[in-house]
Amino acid sequence: MSVAVVSPWIIGSGLLQVGLFLLGAPLLVGLMRTVRCRMEGRVGPPIRQPWRELRKLLLKSRSQPEHSTLVFAIAPVVLMATTLVVVWLTPLLSVRVTLSGGSDLFAIVFLLLLGSVSLSLAALDTGTAFGGMGSSRLMTIVALAEPALLVAILALAATVHSSSLATIMLAALHHPIWLVTPQRLLSFSAFVVVVLAESGRLPVDNPATHLELTMIHEALILEYSGPDLALIKLAESIRLTFLLALLANLFFPWGVSFSASGISLLIGTFVLLAKVAVLGVVISAGEVAVAKLRLFRVPELLAGAFMLSILAVLSALVIA
Amino acid sequence: MTIVFAAMAISGTLGAFVASASTARHRALVSAFSSAAASGAALVLALYVIRTRHAVHLATTSVLPLGGVDLHLDPLGALFVAVTAVVAIGVAIFSIGYARQHELTRTAAAAFPIFVTSMLFVPSAWNVTTFVFVWEMMALSSLVLVLGEYRRGSSVRSAGLWYAVLTQGGAVVIVLGLAVLAQHSSGQDFTQIAQHTGLIAPWIRGVVFVLLFFAFASKAGAVPLHVWLPKAHAEAPSSVSALMSAAMVNLGIYGILRSANTLLGGGPTWWWTVVIVTGAVSAIYGSIHAATSTDLKRLLAYSTTDNIGLILIAVGTSGLLASSGHRTFAALALFAGLFHLVNHSIFKGTLFLSAGSIQYTTGTRNLDQLGGLFSRMPIASTIFAIGAVAISALPPLGGFVSEWLLLQSLLHGLSSSTTVSVILMPLSVAALALTGGLTAAAFVKAFGVGFLGLPRSSGAAAVKEPPRMMNIGAGALGVVCVVLGAAPMVVIGSLNGAVQAAQSGQLSGVTSRGVALAIRGAHGAFEPTFIALALVAALSMVGALRWALTRRVTPRRSPAWMCGREVQNSRMTYTATSFAEPLQRVFDDVVQPSRDIDVSHRSESRYFVDSVVFGSQDKDVFEGLAFRPLIRLVRETARRSRVIQNGSIHRYLSYGLVALVVILLVAR
Repeated sequence: MSVAVVSPWIIGSGLLQVGLFLLGAPLLVGLMRTVRCRMEGRVGPPIRQPWRELRKLLLKSRSQPEHSTLVFAIAPVVLMATTLVVVWLTPLLSVRVTLSGGSDLFAIVFLLLLGSVSLSLAALDTGTAFGGMGSSRLMTIVALAEPALLVAILALAATVHSSSLATIMLAALHHPIWLVTPQRLLSFSAFVVVVLAESGRLPVDNPATHLELTMIHEALILEYSGPDLALIKLAESIRLTFLLALLANLFFPWGVSFSASGISLLIGTFVLLAKVAVLGVVISAGEVAVAKLRLFRVPELLAGAFMLSILAVLSALVIA
Repeated sequence: MTIVFAAMAISGTLGAFVASASTARHRALVSAFSSAAASGAALVLALYVIRTRHAVHLATTSVLPLGGVDLHLDPLGALFVAVTAVVAIGVAIFSIGYARQHELTRTAAAAFPIFVTSMLFVPSAWNVTTFVFVWEMMALSSLVLVLGEYRRGSSVRSAGLWYAVLTQGGAVVIVLGLAVLAQHSSGQDFTQIAQHTGLIAPWIRGVVFVLLFFAFASKAGAVPLHVWLPKAHAEAPSSVSALMSAAMVNLGIYGILRSANTLLGGGPTWWWTVVIVTGAVSAIYGSIHAATSTDLKRLLAYSTTDNIGLILIAVGTSGLLASSGHRTFAALALFAGLFHLVNHSIFKGTLFLSAGSIQYTTGTRNLDQLGGLFSRMPIASTIFAIGAVAISALPPLGGFVSEWLLLQSLLHGLSSSTTVSVILMPLSVAALALTGGLTAAAFVKAFGVGFLGLPRSSGAAAVKEPPRMMNIGAGALGVVCVVLGAAPMVVIGSLNGAVQAAQSGQLSGVTSRGVALAIRGAHGAFEPTFIALALVAALSMVGALRWALTRRVTPRRSPAWMCGREVQNSRMTYTATSFAEPLQRVFDDVVQPSRDIDVSHRSESRYFVDSVVFGSQDKDVFEGLAFRPLIRLVRETARRSRVIQNGSIHRYLSYGLVALVVILLVAR
């Protein structure tokens, strides 16, 4: 019930969060790649490899397909901007970091959707068959993943009558028993499926593939090169890190700082890094064991997640 | 106040007369100007009512028979008048440009101001006679307008017939419902009716509610009475579809609110169950069809069904909460519904007008034949993009705010844990969430396939910007979309007034604190303005960074990657049909497309294929399920009853005599 107060502290610590994600996200991607390589018996590139790739891309020049328009040119900027706003607004290190209203989970979902939509439009703007293919597939997945995500959030929010991430985290910390209620477990499983789908991981999409007919995400960004591709890659890795951090904070909220002191913020930072790293390792370890689903089986997976999250809402109501 | 009401009526009817009498060159101008003048007067009146929160009243027994004219505009009606007026002004400007190509007939030029004026009067009609009169004026004039381009083919006539049957059927049921209420009251004034409905037996009240609800829902375009909507909206001239979809369907919602809340004084849980279930089915069904349609205006029409469904969910939730005593959250739910209604009117008006510009310049509304419009008509395309972002609930435009409010009202609706709400709320939440994702997919398809990429027909390749007036009309509504998203505070007062008038209470749904929207009685504040600002700041920062990185070299223009092929043309890219194919597969049971693949071989050998023709048409399940059998029944009855018609006049006269005798016997 607090009013927006834009103090230097709030803006500053929000920026700290943004800086942390900008620097750390590519490293998480590198870590996940390394884990997968090691488990498959390969050595793999060093963890800082994504940063090297970004540096290489930033030094190249831009190129744009013949018939494309302004949409193609600004899509990477929109994707990056929405990603940064989301990271800035969400309390991940400390509950006091951001504005009260900004930490609204529904708002976060729609901001992320804006990024996906702009990328999807840019793919259509290239006027190629691959662009259309990637765009159509992405929107199919988004159209089914977003409902599951919204309903899963609603199931969590129903218990505390608020969709603010800060309130949900506080309530969960004050009543640890809530962490294992049926609705939380159900909505957790829905959330995991959505995070995998939104960030293009197995079994929905294979981040390592470059075979056109099976891929979703690579088909979307096929025409991008140079600094634009760097922006997209960086934004994508931040989105993955952000979704993992959100998952961690929603379901395992321990360690988040509550005071405005520097020490607690430092602790919060390290705890978050550890949680995200653990989740990343678990996901990439899981990826070694599963195969990619056929595209037309993916909707079944997402519909399953949707039903799980509706069950979560129902059980939240029945228990209340 | 008399003067303003009179000014509205006079400018509407006078405009109609002058327009039908003037030459072809001036017709459109007179028609548009008189409609805009009536709307302007109505807007002033509505804003006055909204500001003072006092109803204005005007009654005279002289103009109409059976009780005379009774006008009474309260803040609820004023909201609908204001929305209609804003949309109508935009449409009027647009229609001046549109008439350059599609010359207005005398009938259409006369019907247009009458349609606008009657819509402006519906929310202020305060007795049964006045209401039925203006309602019928609205229905008939819109029917004339739907048939405006009847020369184009039989599909226009068929659409007109569907619309005529459903709208007149609805009107009959409305008259029936209101007549039952008036019969139980001391007069046919709405105030008198409202005082007496408490004494009516509950089952009669229930029957009246169901009658009025479905009659008004058919006007609003809710499933299963929506079948006229995709036909009429697609075939009508775009300015008319914009008015119908952005203003007329609202009046269906107005009718439901007015009859359920003001006249019947609220009702038991099962009423609202009916409303919520109808809304949820409409929302899901409409959004699935929108996501798979390839006809731009059909897509927009189905998305109207979808949005009306969302509004009905909010209205139903509000009634449900009010009937279980949660008045604060009932106000919130109604606020969310009305806010979405305002938003929907503005963005759907923008989108339909843009679709009109596209049809005007390219000559088609089939997305499969468009493409590449953004580089050829940037202004008109940008206006469509604004509407598309708003309807997809993306920040920072209006749809985002209303989607958030709808989610909040369902979230708080969950807290009233009665058995009914435990079942209904997850259903509503599922409908709301599903429509969100599908709408985004539908409009990425509409904008991405229709406006980006390569042109797929010669019509699309040769387009230029439409006439300036068309862009101004559509763009004006586009600007309102942006205002509603970035500064929703400006309409909070009028919405709260409407909520209080509808629920006859003092509670407001949402209050504003600075730039934040705050929900009464709950932890929840939301700063859409702040999010918009943050987005703009981030966009300019990242944009500046990118510019700094790439300014040394100008970007290369290179051919797109085509897998080693020699030629790349638009036939190889994705069309709207192929874009929607995965979703169509997922929702095969609902869409039930009829696919037609025709392979013809060369005469020399069967191994050489000459051509493959693929056709796909999406059918409306409800049309086949509910209406086709009904039509067959009517046809059959008509065929059988033809026996008594043999064409001789004295026989017909004797039928009249028999009928008169029967009536005298029964009525005695």
